[in-house]
Amino acid sequence: MLAAIFNLNHPSHLVHWHFFQMSVANIVVIAVMFVVFALAITLPFPGAARRRGKGS
Amino acid sequence: MSFAPAPKRSWTTRSREIAVGALPPEKLLPDSQPTYVASWIYVFGVASIAALMVIIGSGAILSLKGPAWWHFTGVGHFFNSIHLWSVELFFFFVVIHLWGKYWMAAWRGGRSRVWITGAITFLVAVPAALTGYVSQQNFDAQWIATQAKDGLNSVGVGAFFNVTNFGQMYSYHVLLLPVAVVALVAAHVLLVRKHGVVPPFELDKKVAVAVSTSQAAPPATGVQGESP
Repeated sequence: MLAAIFNLNHPSHLVHWHFFQMSVANIVVIAVMFVVFALAITLPFPGAARRRGKGS
Repeated sequence: MSFAPAPKRSWTTRSREIAVGALPPEKLLPDSQPTYVASWIYVFGVASIAALMVIIGSGAILSLKGPAWWHFTGVGHFFNSIHLWSVELFFFFVVIHLWGKYWMAAWRGGRSRVWITGAITFLVAVPAALTGYVSQQNFDAQWIATQAKDGLNSVGVGAFFNVTNFGQMYSYHVLLLPVAVVALVAAHVLLVRKHGVVPPFELDKKVAVAVSTSQAAPPATGVQGESP
């Protein structure tokens, strides 16, 4: 039986500040979403420049 | 000489005419798209639909086999995980698509219904996922259900449904909410086809300038200044 890559056999790690409480796992996912969103709006789409050149 | 009376138009004829008028075949299944559609933001829209298809497929298998299978067999664990992670990816992709469309003001140019169906799809997907978590048939589900019950009671909607009622939550999860999500996604895609993808702000500005310039010019009478 293969062991899990991450040891999940413990209570979740939480970030707790005043009223704010969130698991580290959820914070990581939200951070990754921001990064992927930034990449999605900045990275050029393959072939987009060629198509625009044809269209004009 | 007599003429046969014109055949009365049936509801099927009227429906067809309305449907084809709103969405002719060349709009429903177009050959090409404007160049500004070449953007990663639309890839996330399509990826959301792909994730939804995996969710529906894996969910159908889970509902066929039942809780003992998904808890106590290797293949059951596998499909349980496929179902969970496709949901995680669905939300990931939908949120990025929604963020992108929000900052592009995708409701411009009479596209409010396109935006609204997309946003409501996200809102309906949230209870679809919640009812899945409380339908797991384990202690995790019981914990989530009691916590959710407190939360829903606190906002005053706890009287309309009971998240600790497994039968009710399971039927919401495998029928009502998936049907609603799929119907909303279908409506969203058809509305995108009908109205087209929203153009970039710069293009919108150029069109507005061109329209105002043409309106400011003296009306062409077809006589003055016309060469013979």
